[in-house]
Amino acid sequence: MAEKLETASEVDQGPQTVGGIGGIGGGDGVAGVGGGTAAGGGAAGPVVTSYGSWWRIRLSLLRRSVHDNWVIFRRNRMGIAGLVIIGFWMLMAVMPSLFFATGFWNRAVYDPVTGLETDPPTRTVIMVERVTDPRTEIDRRAVLMDGRIPSDLGLGDTFELPLQPAPPNSRHWLGTDPLGRDVLSQLMHGARSSFFLGILAATVTVVIATLVGSVAAYYGGVIDSLLMRLADLLIMIPGLALLIVIGSVVTFQLWHLAMVIGILSGFGGTAVVLKSQALAVKVKPFVDAARVAGGTGRHIVLYHLIPSVMPLSVLYMMFTVTAAIQSEAVLSFLGLLNVDTSWGLMIQLAHTQGYLLQAGEFWWLVFPAGLAVTLLAMAFFLLGRGLDEVINPRLRRR
Amino acid sequence: MPGAAQLSIQAECTGSAEMALLRVQGLRKRFPVTSGVLRRRTGHIHAVDGVDFEIEVGESLGLVGESGCGKSTTGRMLACLDEPDEGRILLTEDDGSEVDIAQLDTRGMTRFRRRVQMIFQDPYESINPRRTVFETISESLGIHRMGGLRYREERVSQMLARVGLTPPESFMLRYPHELSGGQRQRVAVARALILQPQFVVADEPTSMLDMSIRASIMELMSGLARELGVAYLYITHDLAVARYMCDRIAVMYLGKIVETGRTEQILSDPAHPYTQALLSAVPIPDPSLPPPELRITGGVDKAIDPPPRCRFLDRCPQAVDICSTADHPPLQDTGGGRLVACYLTTDREG
Repeated sequence: MAEKLETASEVDQGPQTVGGIGGIGGGDGVAGVGGGTAAGGGAAGPVVTSYGSWWRIRLSLLRRSVHDNWVIFRRNRMGIAGLVIIGFWMLMAVMPSLFFATGFWNRAVYDPVTGLETDPPTRTVIMVERVTDPRTEIDRRAVLMDGRIPSDLGLGDTFELPLQPAPPNSRHWLGTDPLGRDVLSQLMHGARSSFFLGILAATVTVVIATLVGSVAAYYGGVIDSLLMRLADLLIMIPGLALLIVIGSVVTFQLWHLAMVIGILSGFGGTAVVLKSQALAVKVKPFVDAARVAGGTGRHIVLYHLIPSVMPLSVLYMMFTVTAAIQSEAVLSFLGLLNVDTSWGLMIQLAHTQGYLLQAGEFWWLVFPAGLAVTLLAMAFFLLGRGLDEVINPRLRRR
Repeated sequence: MPGAAQLSIQAECTGSAEMALLRVQGLRKRFPVTSGVLRRRTGHIHAVDGVDFEIEVGESLGLVGESGCGKSTTGRMLACLDEPDEGRILLTEDDGSEVDIAQLDTRGMTRFRRRVQMIFQDPYESINPRRTVFETISESLGIHRMGGLRYREERVSQMLARVGLTPPESFMLRYPHELSGGQRQRVAVARALILQPQFVVADEPTSMLDMSIRASIMELMSGLARELGVAYLYITHDLAVARYMCDRIAVMYLGKIVETGRTEQILSDPAHPYTQALLSAVPIPDPSLPPPELRITGGVDKAIDPPPRCRFLDRCPQAVDICSTADHPPLQDTGGGRLVACYLTTDREG
């Protein structure tokens, strides 16, 4: 498409050039020829046409490299699968806003924290002394303890038992939890928490690890030793145990968790990997060339080392997202995270209310959230594997 | 190009024909050799072992030798990429005073970087693959805070045209992987010369290139050297290249300079046995000529803590007693500006 356009413009310039040569104004003719040559060269790369449009040129270069990498990435099925799953969950994360804004969902009923289904579906059951079929019978003692049922009923009476948690129905596509809240709404809001946490933790990791790795690799010596011993220390710390300890002492917000995970991973394992990459770049002749050009350590770290390790750090960013989502699920399942809605919290509620051991019967309390954690964590891992192929040419199919 | 013309005039004005731009005295560099699991130091490679030479303003000196003889290390020390263990490198300032580059402060170092540049061997490795041609060439302009973006673009554009990458606009924003080896080396030449340095270390700039491109790059470099008044230290293992590029040649063997003199002088009448061997190894594309008679045996040794005798002894076809009993021979003037480090030659002459 672009090539066609350029050919067209060259054809357009043809008559001009001829006109310039034919006319007396030789200067115009030269300009015409110059323009034609520039357009011809443009087939191979972008042409600087005016010095003012620097940012537009940078943007077009960026677009070109993104396009080239996309062509490689597209062939990797794992990466595409990851991208599709992430896209799905992103959609899920924005859905509630849409539903609330359009009035499709009523906040009083569908709010993930304070929502309450006041009119749950019911099931006809008979009160018996000893339950043989749990679908149509109910234990007398259970009825006595449950405030929702009129107490003047006797053995053998039939009544409409309100279902709380309710199985999936037309009003609640994934049913409600034991507190009468919509599971789908919680699932969607949980996706928001997971994205927020995962991406924040990964960004912190990448910023710290890239800086630490490049600086340690370039300067070496005492700085390197200090940073790498710190990395060893943080690698040795059992992350989850530390998170549990912190969570039991202070009120743990979601972004606190993101920071802790980011710092642990950023100063720890990721920094070591990025340092080894930066070391490989440091000995390249183009770093010597930058020194000869007069570049200081800061210049070389900023303009040569960091850009060179950036692709790898993006890759590790994906793996950090996976780890962060998993830790969040574990921590909120243990009740150590002060968070309104999250997938781990959904499973925790099912557990504290005693439904976790009957997951077969009350599957909607456990499996959607569990599946969500697994899928999203897996998706970022798959995306990372796909990017790996883009970044590491040795893995590419020939 | 007005700037270039100005500089070449300046070079002519400041430098009388005999003025040394750079003087190297007793340069030494050792690298530790480790072995075993414990990485214990078992000795040192004497990569550069007492090297002296001078380079005049606008002159190009060829440093010739086999791989591993220390010529690249010498070049790197001259470009201040490696620090010498011993010896001094003296650079003449514009006002005629000499400074030891090992004792430069930050400001002096900045000035040094503007005056001394380097062209590297492998154009595939010496250019950052993630930066465009413009970014690569203008990097030093940015570091030395010269001009705004528009000025830099004009300078880079002129430089690209000068090294034969035309039209410059279509090359400015390409990435190295879009260029051929020869084009990359042209970019490397442009990068080294954009600051209009007085001295350039060229570390085998053509050895990684195709035969067909080699000549054009050499032509480009020697043309630019004349035009800009640049002095070269031209490191090469190829005498044919040295003959084309250099005013003078210094032949290196295992960390020592064994012979130095004017190019024609050395090529027509080599005095040191090693130079003779090197010359006889240059193939002559004529099957009717008899094969060269002088041959040396064995491969080049590593200069790990060499014993005090002639470095070339093991391979020398003409060795006599004194070569193994005395220390490595010193460089001695044999007339006509030529220095040779060989007992046989010195005996013969005197």
